[in-house]
Amino acid sequence: MNTGKIKQILLITDGCSNSGEDPIAMAALAKEQDITVNVIGVVDQDTIDEQGKREIEGIALSGGGVSQIVYATQLAHTVQMVTRKAMNQTLYGVVNRQLQQILGSSKSVEDLPPDKRGEVMEVVDDLSETVELEVLILVDSSASMKHKLPTVKDALLDLSLSLNARSGENKYSVLVFPGKQNDVEKLLDWTPKLEALTSIFPKLTTGGLTPTGPAIREALSSFKKKRSLRSLLGRDDESFFEESV
Amino acid sequence: MMMNHSLKNQCKLNVGQVITGKWHHNQYTITKELGFGANGIVYLAQSKNQYVALKLSDNGMSITSEVNVLKSFAKVQGSTLGPSLLDVDDWVRGTGTISFYVMEYIHGLSFLEFVEQKGKSWMPVLVLQLLSDLEKLHSSGWVFGDLKPENLIVTGPPPKIRCIDVGGTTIQGRAIKEFTEFYDRGYWGLGSRKADPKYDLFAVAMIMINTSYPKRFNKTTGGINQLTQAINEKMELSKYKNFILSALLGHYTTAKEMRKQLLYIVGEDQSNSSRVTRAQFRTQTQTRTKTSSVSISRSNTYAANTPNHQNQAPQQRQLQKKKRKSKGILETVFIVFFVTLLYAFYVIEKL
Repeated sequence: MNTGKIKQILLITDGCSNSGEDPIAMAALAKEQDITVNVIGVVDQDTIDEQGKREIEGIALSGGGVSQIVYATQLAHTVQMVTRKAMNQTLYGVVNRQLQQILGSSKSVEDLPPDKRGEVMEVVDDLSETVELEVLILVDSSASMKHKLPTVKDALLDLSLSLNARSGENKYSVLVFPGKQNDVEKLLDWTPKLEALTSIFPKLTTGGLTPTGPAIREALSSFKKKRSLRSLLGRDDESFFEESV
Repeated sequence: MMMNHSLKNQCKLNVGQVITGKWHHNQYTITKELGFGANGIVYLAQSKNQYVALKLSDNGMSITSEVNVLKSFAKVQGSTLGPSLLDVDDWVRGTGTISFYVMEYIHGLSFLEFVEQKGKSWMPVLVLQLLSDLEKLHSSGWVFGDLKPENLIVTGPPPKIRCIDVGGTTIQGRAIKEFTEFYDRGYWGLGSRKADPKYDLFAVAMIMINTSYPKRFNKTTGGINQLTQAINEKMELSKYKNFILSALLGHYTTAKEMRKQLLYIVGEDQSNSSRVTRAQFRTQTQTRTKTSSVSISRSNTYAANTPNHQNQAPQQRQLQKKKRKSKGILETVFIVFFVTLLYAFYVIEKL
């Protein structure tokens, strides 16, 4: 089965956006382009303001992804779990759509008896092990996030440990917002090695505003840029792929 | 943890509530909550006058995935890997459909509770049992993944360890599905998260450390140094120090190999104490503190020999024994020879 690539945006933030476009609308835009948006809210104590919580859940909901609000200490474990869960969800959706084509539009996996569902899940499990995954990580580096950034770095390294254990290919890119000059700054361009982050992350300076919306918009164009560049370079690869399928 | 709140609310059931399956029409009366994790809540329920464990989740995928694992376990002959699966179904309620599965209710204390109540001497016994279960699990192509004391229940009598919660159980060679940081070799920077038998053996070693640190501890410097220090700080772990370290560093490739080594350590311990008492008999002057220091230093020297030659250790000992024996014979022969020689001189002189 050809599922293509799984494309995800992983947003790590600690509160509300306060500049630029509505992030929930931008997440909806991402979903239209088959890019899932997952959000992790990092909190210090048990408190997060209601508005921030609503925005975090809203972004994930309209971005077709998963959201979690956690303490900084649980970040590493959550980041890998959310990414994995969202990936499985996407694949489940893909398999479900294929199934609908075969069985008719009214049927979905849930309509199958539990015994048959197992076989479908095996397909999803297989795919989640082998599918190509692209994760664009968007890190909120506004002032309140400053002391959480080392934890974020560790969590991202832990994420690459989890994802690199798969046999499928992984590509990562990291953007931070706000950037030094612009709303968004690219920290790491598409690479299979997220470990490269270790040397760059400590140099981060943290700024005031939280332009979450523009950051998601920029993230989307980052996926596009990559694709156009790829189509120029990798034409041979693609035709080979088509033949083999 | 905050993140489970939404899940908990959706799957929250009241005591006495009756759940009826959509497909198989079995009825289950909820008795109490047994526990909850990232992927659902487990309830104790009654069905046809029999207690069962029922796991519900709003995430149908994880339910199906776990059912697949349990079904595959059922195919392994005569095994007690995980609880046996009784039913899989959907429960239709006003707010939507919730998937659930029903399994055998494994009743007992968790690993740490049991060791706490019955004494530390149970620790190696349970670990030996666990390792032979893991051996079976590994040879059928799986890795347990989320191995931790909470997922190990001691049933009985006679006490027998059982694994529950197969949420992390992964086919060998794939990425581990679910794990708990303290027991995860990736977290400590001591290996990948690819499912191989050594991944579980690492967790077994961490469980042994866990018995001396019931509250666990966080990563500071990480790596083997922090864990070595943790072992050094607890007297009761000194006997197992090199055994634990070998498992942490992935020197045991199979559960069988690790089990053999643990059996050897336990055996060594027994023969040590019996040898010490014999020595006490002979001299009758040794004090108690002295003997205990003897046994410690002995286990230390043994440990120093082992790290890379676990399998050779027993053979080495036998060899040493043989050497000692042949030395004794040599001594006797020499003395007999010497006395005969003296006697011969004496006789010659008398002549």
